[in-house]
Formats: sequence, structure tokens, C-alpha cells
Amino acid sequence: MRFETERTRRRGHPDSATDALARGLGWFSIGLGLTELFGARSLTRALGMEGQETLVRAYGVREIATGIGILASEDPTPWIWGRVAGDALDLATLATQLKGGNRERENIGIAIGAVAGVTALDILCAQTLSQESATPLAPSRDYSDRSGLPRSPDAMRGAALGSVHIPDDYKTPESLRPYPLH
Amino acid sequence: MKALVWHGTKDIRCDEVPDPQIEQPRDAIIKVTSCAICGSDLHLYDHFMPGMQNGDILGHESMGEVVEVGPEAKHALKVGDRVVIPFTIICGQCEQCKRGNFSVCERTNRNKDIAAKAFGHTTAGLFGYTHLTGGYAGGQAEYLRVPYADATHIKVPKTLTDEQLLFLSDIFPTGWQAAVQCDIQPDDTVAIWGAGPVGQMAIRSAILLGAKQVICIDRVPERLDMARAGGAITINFETESVIERLNELTRGRGPEKCIDCVGLEAHATATLDAMYDRAKQAVALETDRPHVLREMIYVCRPGGVLSIPGVYGGLLDKIPFGASMNKGLTWRMGQTHVNRWTGDLLRLIEEGKIDPSFVITHTVGLEQGPDMYKVFRDKQDGCIKVVIKP
Ligand SMILES: NC(=O)c1ccc[n+]([C@@H]2O[C@H](COP(=O)([O-])OP(=O)(O)OC[C@H]3O[C@@H](n4cnc5c(N)ncnc54)[C@H](O)[C@@H]3O)[C@@H](O)[C@H]2O)c1
Ligand SMILES: [Zn+2]
Ligand SMILES: [Zn+2]
Repeated sequence: MRFETERTRRRGHPDSATDALARGLGWFSIGLGLTELFGARSLTRALGMEGQETLVRAYGVREIATGIGILASEDPTPWIWGRVAGDALDLATLATQLKGGNRERENIGIAIGAVAGVTALDILCAQTLSQESATPLAPSRDYSDRSGLPRSPDAMRGAALGSVHIPDDYKTPESLRPYPLH
Repeated sequence: MKALVWHGTKDIRCDEVPDPQIEQPRDAIIKVTSCAICGSDLHLYDHFMPGMQNGDILGHESMGEVVEVGPEAKHALKVGDRVVIPFTIICGQCEQCKRGNFSVCERTNRNKDIAAKAFGHTTAGLFGYTHLTGGYAGGQAEYLRVPYADATHIKVPKTLTDEQLLFLSDIFPTGWQAAVQCDIQPDDTVAIWGAGPVGQMAIRSAILLGAKQVICIDRVPERLDMARAGGAITINFETESVIERLNELTRGRGPEKCIDCVGLEAHATATLDAMYDRAKQAVALETDRPHVLREMIYVCRPGGVLSIPGVYGGLLDKIPFGASMNKGLTWRMGQTHVNRWTGDLLRLIEEGKIDPSFVITHTVGLEQGPDMYKVFRDKQDGCIKVVIKP
């Protein structure tokens, strides 16, 4: 669990949303990695990149490693930044295919769009995590002495009884009380 | 004069407006020396309560000095008197007032018809709080017209500070009534949802009324600190399971008494019911988010009491009423009958048994008022209670 700091909106609160996003990205990494590793051939065919299967498999291994890193580590922040770097590499590789005589230019375009979308999520997640802390911060103000009571709460327990009037319409008649009194 | 004026959702401004005048023989005008922003005002700021109009002056927690008195209020007030003004306007003469049910006074709501349409019967007029409750100008201003002033005031001594007295107008009696409604017994566990100003007052009230164990639920760390200072065990609903912890702390029986000091804008961590409420509220199929009510009904010990000072405005969905009926729970709720309690509470303050000023975290001028609504709402800068000095 990560906690928000001065640099995010709700200082001191746990941020389970970004946590969930990071885990989601971790699983996505593993899924994409497996596809690249075992479906390299069909991928290269769809992208007009036949012959580059080894590169695609290597990228797959990278994705899987990052995914495991995200899911298994205490602090996923560096791993999510790792994803951002990987995204850049993917985008650069795809961009090289836009030039030259690649017959699947349209598919390359779609792939670039998809990777760019995920990149945006990765950056958002990495930035948010970087601004947060692994442990909750101490409250920004210390109110631990603000009791409003002249003595300890234990000493003040029941102190108003006897000196205040509890109206009859606020008292349950003895016979209707559900719990025994000792 | 200057006043904080409602212009629309999240749009409150410090405007120059005409000074109030005596309009009715029972009126008085007070020069406001201190006023406060209340959690109820946030429901207006966020515009979850219907019935606000552009130009309404806000504020229902005010005190000050009487500067003008109408002819029929002279028997009770004179110029120079120091008074705290309760947020409920009361006639003091109708059947409900005579019974002490001040917040349902039958005469002071000048929009009785609208109120009766919405609620079946009218409730009392309130300061600075929607046209359903009379549309009276509020006291986050330099001057305040107090209708039915001969009844609608609490005289206070000059020996105590504004800060010690101001909360007699609302949150102290509200926390107190919430605890009194629980009919606290020496063995009771009292669970209090919400560590805002009302929750803080309810904690101290439950302790002063002798509750064996007081538990407070919130998620704002500094508010939980303040709750612990007042004698509560705390549960952070963002990091712990409220139901599990409450059962643990009561040896599996559940708290005998449950108090909702949150109201219609309850937050919930990614639970199904919370998403359901948000979606329905967004498309206006539901007006309120009753997450806390559901939790209270579920966890309360059978035969126990639910006390609800938290404000609700309209329609609530998915209330586990079967659980409540079968467990034989007692529900007590309402806007606070302020004047019913203020005599006793003023005495507790005078005797030094409590000093309600502990809750104040910010003191500002009227001009900073609009900014402080935001700070208070978003719980920034450790904000728990804002006092304004006009
Ligand atoms: N009955 C009356 O006469 C009366 C008078 C004054 C105020 N009120 C009402 O009392 C309520 C509280 O007022 P306040 O000034 O303390 O407001 P506030 O907004 O400062 O406090 C509400 C607190 O509830 C907490 N909260 C939100 N969701 C929660 C959840 N699911 N579980 C536990 N805590 C949760 C918030 O974090 C916040 O600290 C409001 O609804 C207000 O309108 C009623
Ligand atoms: Zn209030
Ligand atoms: Zn009346």
C-alpha cells in the first residue's frame, strides 16, 4: 500500500487506486510478454516484421520480468518506471517500421496507438507512485493534546452525570432495557 | 455589510449586501463577533441539499452583541446583551416548543408549505439553510437579524471567551443530544462514525455521560488523533475493516449504541454499495449516500440504539431495514433541539468540565471565508473547525 503525501491531494491517506493500477499493469506486462514469447511468429506476420521473432521474444522476456517485478516487489515504483522505458523502446522499434516498404503500415499505426495509450497510463502511475510514500506520514498537525477535558478522559468518565438533567423522553424505562445492568 | 453568500455549487463569495433591518416586532439585530462553518454548510457548498437560491447568506453558528431590539422582544433582550444564537429559530410558544422539541417548532418556518410538501409537515425555520427551512439569512456576516429573538437566543456571561461559547449554537448540543439519545448505560460501547466537529463533541459527551468504551471511525489521521485525545479508540475505515474491528472490540456482540456523525455525504472505500450510491446520486435517482447507516444497522447489537445527528436530505436506497426490524433497533434522530440542552451545557463549560474550543483549528476573517470552505471540505492543512471573525 502506498500513502499520499504533500505532493498529492489527500495527504496521509492510503492510495489503493494507484496500487490497483500498478498491479493491473503488472498483470498486463505478463500477459503481453507471454503473447510476445509464444506468439512471436503471428505477431511479426501481422506487423510485417517477419524475421524479427528473436527480438520480439526478447521483448516478451523483458515484459514478463517487469510484470513479476511489479507484482512481487514491496515498492513497484522503479518497475513501473521500467515499463515506461520499455514502452519507449517498443515505440522506437515500431516507428522504424513506419519508414521503408513495410506492407502492414496500417497495423503498425494501430500498434503505436495502443502502446502510446498504455504508455500514458504507465507514466501517470509511475509519477503518482513517485510522489507517494511507503508508510503513512505523521499528521500535518498534532492534535493529540486536544482533549477539551480538564483531566484524562478516564478521570472524566461520567463527570456530567448528576449535574445535568436527562429529560424523561430520552430515558428508556428500566423495564424496557434490553441488557441487564450490574 | 459583508457576508458569505451562496451563488451555486461550490461558489461562495464574500459580498457586500444590505444591512439587516428589524422586520417583525419580535426581531433583534446582533453584531456578529464570531461565527463558524459547519459540516451542514458543506452539504450546501456541495449542493446536495435542495432548496438553495443564488444570493442566500450562509451561516447558522453565530454569536455576538445585541445592537437593536424590536418592541416585542424587549422583555427578553436589551441592547448590549451578549448572546449565542441557536441554529434553530424557535417561537417558544407552540406545542412543540413547549415540549422542548424546538427543531420542529410549528411557527418559525415561513415556507411551511414547501416544507410540508417535502416532509409531510413543517419543521422549524433555520438560519442560512435552504428555503425548505424558511430561507432566513444566515450569520456568516457582520450583522444578523434574529427572528423571534425573545426566544431564539442563549444569554451568555462575559467572563468566558467567544471560542468557549460559540459552539453552544450547534455542534456542542448536537454532539450532546446524539449521546443523550443513546441513553448511555455504564456498560455501553458507543461507536461514533465521523470525527468531524460533531463527532468530536459526541465523543466528549459520551465520556461525560459515562460510556464504558467509546469508539470513533474516520479516515483523516489528525481527526483520529483528536478523537483519541478525547478518550476514543479509533478505527481508520480506509485501512481497517470497520465491522470486524467493532465486533472484536465488543467481544463479538457489536456496540450497543451507534451514532452517525457523518450524514449524507459518507465516503466509502471501493465497496459495491458505495459505487452504487455514487452512480445513483449522479443521475439523481438517489439524493443521499447512506453507507454509514447501513454499517450501523448491520453491526449494532440487537436491542441497541442508532442515534443520527448526521443530516439527510431526501431519499435513501438499500437500507437493510429487515436487519433493523428483526434486531429491534431503536432509531433516534433529528435536528438538534438546541435550547433544550444549552442551560446544562453552559454550566458544564462554566464549571470547567469541558472547553469546546479544543476543536478550533483555524480562525480567519470573513474575506477568507470562501477559501476556508474549500480547506474545511477537503480537510487540508489539518482543518477541523473554522471560526470566522467578521
Ligand atoms: N442534527 C443536527 O442538528 C446537526 C447539527 C450540526 C451538524 N450536523 C451534521 O452532522 C454531520 C457532521 O458534521 P461535521 O461538522 O462534523 O462535518 P464534517 O464534514 O467535518 O465531518 C464528517 C466526518 O465524517 C467522516 N466520514 C466520511 N465518511 C465516513 C465513513 N464512511 N465512516 C466514518 N466517517 C466518515 C469524514 O472524514 C469527516 O471527518 C453533518 O452531516 C452535519 O450536517 C447535524
Ligand atoms: Zn451546523
Ligand atoms: Zn415553536
